Amino acid sequence: MPGRSRERRNRTLWFWIFVGPFVLGLTLFTYVPLAWSAYLSFFDAHNTVSPTRFVGLDNYTAMLRDDAFTGSLVTFLVFTAFIVPATYVLSLSLALMVNRLPRAQAFFRSVFFLPVACSYVVAALIWKMSIFNGVRFGLANTVLGWFGADQIAWLSTTDPPWYWLVIVTVRLWLQAGFYMVLFLAGLQRISPRLYEAAAVDGARPGWEVFRHITLPQLRATSVAVVLLLVVNAFQAFDEFYNLLADSRGYPPYARPPLVYLYYTALGQGQDLGLGSAGAVILALIIAVVTVVQARWFGLGRKED
Amino acid sequence: MSISRRRLLGTGGGLVLAGATATGCGSNTGRGGDGKGGKPVLSQWYHQYGEPGTEQAVKRYADAFDDARVEVQWRPGNYDQQTAAALLTKSGPDVFEVNGPTLDQIQGGQVVDLTDLLKEAKDDINPAVLAPKTYEGKIWAIPQVVDMQLLYYRRSMLEDAGVEPPRTLDALVDAAKKLTTKNVKGLFLGNDGGPGVLGGTPLNAAGLELVTDDGKVGFDDPAAARALGKLHQLYAEKSLLLGAPSDWSDPAAFTQGLTAMQWSGLWALPQVKTALGDDFGVLPFPQEGAQGKPAVPVGAYGAAVSARSEHKELAKAFVKWLWVEKTEYQEDFALTYGFHIPARISLAQKAAKLRQGAAGEAVRFATEHGHAEPLLWTPASKVAYQDALSRVIKGGANPESELRTVVRKTAAELRRVQNAQKKS
Repeated sequence: MPGRSRERRNRTLWFWIFVGPFVLGLTLFTYVPLAWSAYLSFFDAHNTVSPTRFVGLDNYTAMLRDDAFTGSLVTFLVFTAFIVPATYVLSLSLALMVNRLPRAQAFFRSVFFLPVACSYVVAALIWKMSIFNGVRFGLANTVLGWFGADQIAWLSTTDPPWYWLVIVTVRLWLQAGFYMVLFLAGLQRISPRLYEAAAVDGARPGWEVFRHITLPQLRATSVAVVLLLVVNAFQAFDEFYNLLADSRGYPPYARPPLVYLYYTALGQGQDLGLGSAGAVILALIIAVVTVVQARWFGLGRKED
Repeated sequence: MSISRRRLLGTGGGLVLAGATATGCGSNTGRGGDGKGGKPVLSQWYHQYGEPGTEQAVKRYADAFDDARVEVQWRPGNYDQQTAAALLTKSGPDVFEVNGPTLDQIQGGQVVDLTDLLKEAKDDINPAVLAPKTYEGKIWAIPQVVDMQLLYYRRSMLEDAGVEPPRTLDALVDAAKKLTTKNVKGLFLGNDGGPGVLGGTPLNAAGLELVTDDGKVGFDDPAAARALGKLHQLYAEKSLLLGAPSDWSDPAAFTQGLTAMQWSGLWALPQVKTALGDDFGVLPFPQEGAQGKPAVPVGAYGAAVSARSEHKELAKAFVKWLWVEKTEYQEDFALTYGFHIPARISLAQKAAKLRQGAAGEAVRFATEHGHAEPLLWTPASKVAYQDALSRVIKGGANPESELRTVVRKTAAELRRVQNAQKKS
């Protein structure tokens, strides 16, 4: 049966031609750096990627004892506590409002979605330099000035921590539209018959219908949204860096893990061993959180 | 159909692959064997200078070098990080200017020993900026120009408020408070409130050092905590300008009248002069306590040679030619575009521009009160110190306990680098 074996060989060939480039790219740009980083984390790797001095778990203990690193994990927790509920509520409300519009739905959908296309860097710079700058002609301070209030240095004031307002609002503005679209898709999948049945059963429109029909029906969407929000919060870097860093470094507050590791490993410090150890710790935390979250929400369980 | 879709795709794929290889070879990395006319090619990196004309000037110098074709790369963005990353690979520069090199770069063997380039001219280089380029008696970069920072104050505003130019840290705190009105703040130390730009300067002004000459922590002293505590007062009394559209390195906040005093670089002097005429003066960071002395930070970008260069000897020859022998280029570079002090003492003394008025005073501050960041002050110590300083200034944290943590971390860092020295 020479024909069949040739066909099989052909198939294998084509499989690799199509899959090969992606496997190659993934290996080269994801798995190799990942493994290398894990390797570096066991070495004293100052200013080198081919270190020779093995230090065992020293980098890990140093990182876990470093209060700046543990502080950055707290920063991440605080940030998540702000941003996840805020985005969830805002994008769901936007979706509910847009979904009920009698006309111009497509227009408002686009309007709210547009910020998603804006880069984090650009938005962060606008927030920093024109809306929330600390002097009298910043937008926020101009508004405060109308009411006779003193100007506030939004990004430099630590007590009260006004910088959180800036950081959370920029991300909120950037990402709410995206999650709104996810919720809209979810809303449109809810069968109108359910609402009709609810009306027949005497459920009052508004909160009651929302609480007992809409929200439970959006369960799958909600789980996906929350998961994505948490993972995105973990990866927070761009807006923090662009809002708070200057040429001399980064302040010790509102410093999420990635920013801290960036300065440790890739700044002038170039302590790649220590930075890699931090990255591995962070990766483990993300993995554990995601698994626990998925279990808890029952992600991937069959919908009934 | 004799040509199947599959075969067509297969050929296409092959072509794409071939194309990729071709681009790979053709990409211009600025190095490789021979350039035009059989001359070797050197790649030289500069960070982006803000002053117009500088880029053209350095390219002109590079073109005048006979023994190699020098390709200048003008690199905007975070230059220190770019060079740090590039030095790990072979695609980096041969010759590069560096705000260092850092101790780890020297110990890691990433830069080449340039001691013999300065055999004759060593005594003519400003010793304050040469010291941090020297490690174990060897010189690792040739200082290009000296930069410094100082305090600018608006004469008219001080007169209106009845304030004398502050000569002590206490006087500075008082002056900043008196000068603060609803729309004008007393003092601008950067949008972070000072920790970034001040660094060790307040400690120097209190008569202390970051790292002593024999490699010990230099600020394990009650005077350090006292000095830092006074900086918190500036913040607590709301005398500091915060959140200005441009940071301390740009004199805009000062020239636009957002602040009565600003800490900035010597490079800002021409701009300040154009905007304010004679309505300004300059001061060093005022002294603190009886043991203290006024202080200004000085530093220099240096020209270094990468240890991964394929033409090390040639690169060294180029550095010697440009930054040691060609004094007319050095003078042009320091004084024609921006405003820097030439690293060569003989040139600095000759320059007419640096003799009168505020510039003359600045040069005097740099010579008499200049402190460069010690080489042993590694990034890890610096981050720990800056974090502590920020917590003291803005959070009102206890300076003594914050400094104790920094002293502990710095001592550990100093032990680490001194151990690495023994091994190498």
